[in-house]
Amino acid sequence: MRWRSPDFWSGLALAALGGYIVVAARGWDYLTPDGPGPGFFPIWYGIVMLVLSLVLVFTSEKGQVADWRGAARAFAVWAAFAASLALMKALGFAISFAALTYFVVAVMYRRPPLVALATAAAIVGAFYLVFPLALGVTLP
Amino acid sequence: MDIAAGLMHGFAVALAPANLLWCFVGVLLGTVVGILPGLGPPATIAMLLPLTALMNPAGAIIMLAGIYYGAKYGGSTTSILLNVPGESASVVTCIDGYQLARKGRAGAALGIAAIASFIAGTFGVLALMLVAPPLARLALAFSSPEYFALMALGLAMVVLLAGRSLVKALLAMLVGLWLAGIGTDAFTSTSRFTFGRMELLSGIDFVVVAIGVFAIGEVLANMEAREEPRALPVPKGLRNLMPTMQDMRDCRFAFANGSIIGFLIGVLPGAGSTIASFISYGVEKAFSRRRLQFGTGVIEGVAAPEGANNSETGGALVPLLTLGIPGSGTTAILLAALVLWGFKPGPLFISENPSMFWGLVASMYIGNVMLLVLNLPLVPLFAQVLRAPVYVLYPVIIGLSLVGVYSVSGSLFDLGLLAGFGLLGYVMRKLDYPSAPLILGLVLGGAMERALRQSLMMSEGSLTILVARPISAAMLACAALLLLIPFFARLNAWRLRAMEEENK
Repeated sequence: MRWRSPDFWSGLALAALGGYIVVAARGWDYLTPDGPGPGFFPIWYGIVMLVLSLVLVFTSEKGQVADWRGAARAFAVWAAFAASLALMKALGFAISFAALTYFVVAVMYRRPPLVALATAAAIVGAFYLVFPLALGVTLP
Repeated sequence: MDIAAGLMHGFAVALAPANLLWCFVGVLLGTVVGILPGLGPPATIAMLLPLTALMNPAGAIIMLAGIYYGAKYGGSTTSILLNVPGESASVVTCIDGYQLARKGRAGAALGIAAIASFIAGTFGVLALMLVAPPLARLALAFSSPEYFALMALGLAMVVLLAGRSLVKALLAMLVGLWLAGIGTDAFTSTSRFTFGRMELLSGIDFVVVAIGVFAIGEVLANMEAREEPRALPVPKGLRNLMPTMQDMRDCRFAFANGSIIGFLIGVLPGAGSTIASFISYGVEKAFSRRRLQFGTGVIEGVAAPEGANNSETGGALVPLLTLGIPGSGTTAILLAALVLWGFKPGPLFISENPSMFWGLVASMYIGNVMLLVLNLPLVPLFAQVLRAPVYVLYPVIIGLSLVGVYSVSGSLFDLGLLAGFGLLGYVMRKLDYPSAPLILGLVLGGAMERALRQSLMMSEGSLTILVARPISAAMLACAALLLLIPFFARLNAWRLRAMEEENK
């Protein structure tokens, strides 16, 4: 069925974005006394995006499926990455990034906890040595 | 400044101890990055870009360019030993390179790859030096309509970067245009697409998008596989890495073919080194007396694509430095780097910044020599990089991405955007949307809108100004023709084969 096709869904999402761009751009001046206004360019690329994404929706093939093997691992790492960013303000770079590294080593690559702990400590330590100490670059 | 005087000046810049060191750092990093599958030059340059703000711009561009062409040397090592391209431009090298390694001739394959890269890379720099200054003089006649047409031509080149679907490539480019439009309009101070967030008033930093889409997206895609691939052993000793005289004779045509085709394809914005190496391999095979043996481990099958992807670097820098038009993801990041340091790549770039241009050209001659030295005797050492555990490598890449973004803005909001663009980069890979058009749209979007609005101000709103001027009309016609390529079956078949090889 066409609705299972990834092109169908990505096309719909992009059509929504194109529609949003056109609606938002209609709220700004299209032409001003000095020439084209802030709405001029977005309206046109928004319309083109809307048209092309609808082409994608209607030409999406039945039976077409994305290869999602392994995607769970990638999404898990992304979720851990996003969580470590959310915690960064409260816990600081060292703890949140070390936790992310521990997760990648111990959970994603199934290495022993001690190896994961040592890897996390070594990487965070190296970042502190290289950036704030050697280069004067501030860490998050 | 004529070419001889320019080159002398360039060598004076490039041979300054600090710049020599940055050139070495660049080519060394480039080689390592090229060897590592899953970390390409765009991601590396994007991650290091914020750190270059602390550097002298000449040293910084020398280092970043070193990463760009150094990665192409390193990429062949992984292709030959692992049958996995270290970076996309080396994909064609897998075909015969890996077969040679399986036959016990890994040393000869690695050696010929380094020699072909050196010969063609040097040819590419020579051609860059000869072609760029006159082209820049020609482009001095450009005004806003020509710039708009040129950028439209650059964006139309996305058809060459498109995968199987031109529609998806165009949509990715349009998303790039939209991202470029986020922030305060420079003409009227209207805030656009900011969702009420103060942080978005100054727009989204290019570095955030580039690092997210390339580095984080690439890490997520590589995380899918739990197992690490195993590399074939590298023969020890320089003698075992040197090709025989017969090999060199067999590769004579491949050296010339790779050099010329690589440069010519490189000059075309959008074509890219993968297409250059694919076409060069195809030409080599078509003219070879032993064309039926291609794919079974033929030495010319390594020399031609490796030469082409290195010569392409010189070609790709021509439109970037003379017209300010990047033709690929990597050159788009180099363009952003130049803008970040306060330069304006375009027709006046060479005459206004001779130290930057000629210093870069001279450093590329030096860098190619460094790479030959590094890649012949030291290739067994570099091959050890392939043994680095990925569970250490990927957190390091994520950490470098975080530091890179934070050092630009000092904002945790931008780190959130980084996570969002990382996910976008990964999903684009999964759904077969090419990421280079998005980056091109983002880089060119602001300048393109500015050129269009200035053109229409000049003509008091009449669009005919874009087609009434001959150069502008010719470029817009070329852009229209390019968009028709997918409808020409034979041309499109070539393009698709190249893209499929890249995606393997």
